[in-house]
Amino acid sequence: MFTPEMLESIRKVEATRPARMGMEPRRMTAEEKDALLRAYHPDYRTDGFAEIQIGPNKGQKAPTELRNLLHSNSRLLGQDIDLQKIDYDVDVLVIGGGGAGAAAAIEAHEAGSNVMMVTKLRIGDANTMMAEGGIQAADKPGDSPVQHYLDAFGGGHFAARPELLKRLVMEAPDAIQWLNRLGVMFDKDTEGNMITTHGGGTSRKRMHACKDYSGAEIMRTLRDEVLNRKIPVVEFTSAVELIKDDRGQVAGAVLLNMETGDYLVARAKTVILATGGAGRLHYQGFPTSNHYGATADGLILGYRAGVPLLYQDTIQYHPTGVAYPAQIYGALVTEKVRSLGAMLVNVDGEAFMHPLETRDVAAASIIRECTGRHKGVTTPLGSGVWLDTPMMEEIGGPGTIEARIPAMLRMYLNYDIDMRKEPILVYPTLHYQNGGLEINGDGFTKTIDNLLVAGEAVGGIHGRNRLMGNSLLDIIVFGRNAGKAAAAKAKAVDLGTMNLDHIEAYARELDEAGITEPGVSPLLLPRYARHER
Amino acid sequence: MEKLVNVYFYGKRYEVPADLTIMTAMEYAGYTLTRGCGCRHGFCGACATIYRIKGKNELKTCLACQTQVQEGMYVASIPFFPTDKRTYNIEDLRPNQQVMMELYPEIYSCIGCNACTKACTQNLNVMQYIAYAQRGELEQCAEESFDCVGCGCCSVRCPAEISHPMVGLLARRLTGKYIAPEAKHLTERVEEIHAGQYDDLIEQIMQKPIAEMQELYNHRDIEK
Ligand SMILES: Cc1cc2nc3c(=O)[nH]c(=O)nc-3n(C[C@H](O)[C@H](O)[C@H](O)COP(=O)(O)OP(=O)(O)OC[C@H]3O[C@@H](n4cnc5c(N)ncnc54)[C@H](O)[C@@H]3O)c2cc1C
Ligand code: SF4
Ligand code: SF4
Ligand code: FES
Repeated sequence: MFTPEMLESIRKVEATRPARMGMEPRRMTAEEKDALLRAYHPDYRTDGFAEIQIGPNKGQKAPTELRNLLHSNSRLLGQDIDLQKIDYDVDVLVIGGGGAGAAAAIEAHEAGSNVMMVTKLRIGDANTMMAEGGIQAADKPGDSPVQHYLDAFGGGHFAARPELLKRLVMEAPDAIQWLNRLGVMFDKDTEGNMITTHGGGTSRKRMHACKDYSGAEIMRTLRDEVLNRKIPVVEFTSAVELIKDDRGQVAGAVLLNMETGDYLVARAKTVILATGGAGRLHYQGFPTSNHYGATADGLILGYRAGVPLLYQDTIQYHPTGVAYPAQIYGALVTEKVRSLGAMLVNVDGEAFMHPLETRDVAAASIIRECTGRHKGVTTPLGSGVWLDTPMMEEIGGPGTIEARIPAMLRMYLNYDIDMRKEPILVYPTLHYQNGGLEINGDGFTKTIDNLLVAGEAVGGIHGRNRLMGNSLLDIIVFGRNAGKAAAAKAKAVDLGTMNLDHIEAYARELDEAGITEPGVSPLLLPRYARHER
Repeated sequence: MEKLVNVYFYGKRYEVPADLTIMTAMEYAGYTLTRGCGCRHGFCGACATIYRIKGKNELKTCLACQTQVQEGMYVASIPFFPTDKRTYNIEDLRPNQQVMMELYPEIYSCIGCNACTKACTQNLNVMQYIAYAQRGELEQCAEESFDCVGCGCCSVRCPAEISHPMVGLLARRLTGKYIAPEAKHLTERVEEIHAGQYDDLIEQIMQKPIAEMQELYNHRDIEK
């Protein structure tokens, strides 16, 4: 499968491997990291961003693709949607069938609420299903929630909202216990101790995993629980707009049946936005590790209803996306590969960085190696660097790869690449939306007090960068919390008259800002179909 | 010029670049997918697909997002398959053979044809994990079925009408909940937190000025 140039480079990687086995590359100083990020991280490329001209974040920048969707009108503008004809009437409406949405629905149901979920594809067709590496929690002796806080706060460039980060770390062990009691099969030793490893930026080994199907194992368990509880799940149905009432509350959502094109009205006393990330917007042309429906819809819906965004200008590029072969371009190579000892190595076989730097630093470092230093390996779609996977077998013993990262092994074997024997080629891939809608410590938005947000659609939990394993954690912690809070709140909510006035107000604002050719959003699905004319 | 191959989507011919997957080839042909496309990276099982190469007898199953197109490939996606999930309250179950007998009795009708194993898109030994389930060896069933993405290709082919992914899922939940030993350090930490043992410490670190946090962060000791 490899080209002759690649094979030649592999020989260099093999030649330096014995010497590299014994050494640990130096970690960068804070100043070095700073300079590297400024020069090479995509977040610092001014041409990838544009200014938001209306709404609560007016004057701030966002990735151009997101900004353009914010500068768009509702698809319901000018449509005559009869809000009196109510198709679904519930206490709690959960929008999004990923981990955050499922956790929220289970807890709302547990609290006795009449709850339903709507989701764009199927429940579980979500970023949660794809998480490989694991989930953090400070549950080992020698570790503590305070240490976890420090790691996450520093890793997020000291920008996390303290009240959110506190909840994340303090409720982490609880989240793991909850999942375990639902039947999630965590990797354990024979005594029951969790097998935990490092992730980029952790100071303690607190990464819990379920082989390299961590997210899948969590998602399929949550989905099973949702179905066992007979919580209604309306699939292939997207929320396209929030409905408000004359008291400034949220009152439900207008839904779109993705297959028939019909609109539906869901009325709810509380709404939880759990729509996940934005990878399929392909910021700056990057490939993505995200699922098909990751198009930032929740951010658009929330923003149009008046909810501010936080850190919408910070994106996580996962350092190790597949650079080769083309069929799996952009797919994720889990960080666990580095946790288990594989080094990042350039075309000449040199280890150019410590494998466990945080993701933003690692991504910038790989981009520098390929562009600034011209030490990348050329591929049909660009370039990449080696991730020296055979080291894992040398360090952990033969069989390590098959036992710990079976999904990765299988993905490459499909294309006749045996990562146990040959290194693999990687390049950063668009992975995670660090920013999102702003919430308070209880999960509610600050502008609409019966609207909640959970999961990747939230901004502020992690600051300006997120550590591996803290997202699966946040969807459980904040998902559960949102479900409980929404159920409690629903009891006190008295809805007024429903309306969609905000979409017309938004259209006027766009117009007044001189945005003459607004598009239509949310996007719902990326436009991949090729049409010759 | 890139190499092109002929593929047939639902019997209709399209010429597509040879290095595409079935999924991207359908998009190249002009399809906008709603069904049959979830994660796009081999984890969700949404893209179960059945195909036959022109002139060959063998009928194959695969994941459209993980499979490269080939010349003469006749492709039909399986947008939905009615697997039969039984509902239960996991709290009321116990990890024994009885559970499988009650919830999925049809596993005892397996005729050992191995069609499920041949159909598995993840190369799992499906027949084996069903056999474990029959014998109440839940932990083995859980391990053997662990990498299942729930695509349902096995169930499509099974003459005994078994919903294999649902059997594996039940075994895994029972194993994770009841059979795997308890993580004592986890139980203890949860208790410590509930008892308020970290309350003061976390409040303290939340109050610290950024400069001090930077200092702490940059000089924290890292476990080997
Ligand atoms: C490949 C990959 C690997 C990862 N690995 C890890 C890891 O090891 N550890 C970790 O902590 N984190 C990891 N992450 C991040 C983590 O998995 C996600 O951030 C997290 O699971 C997001 O959960 P969520 O519930 O917020 O969103 P999702 O799981 O993406 O769910 C959102 C759901 O909402 C649906 N939706 C979207 N728009 C609408 C709409 N308009 N109407 C209705 N429904 C809608 C989507 O289709 C989807 O089903 C990984 C992410 C990816 C992509
Ligand atoms: S066991 Fe069945 S459902 Fe699971 S991956 Fe294999 S074919 Fe798909
Ligand atoms: S396909 Fe059905 S009958 Fe045949 S071996 Fe598998 S489970 Fe048994
Ligand atoms: S789309 Fe998820 S497995 Fe193919």
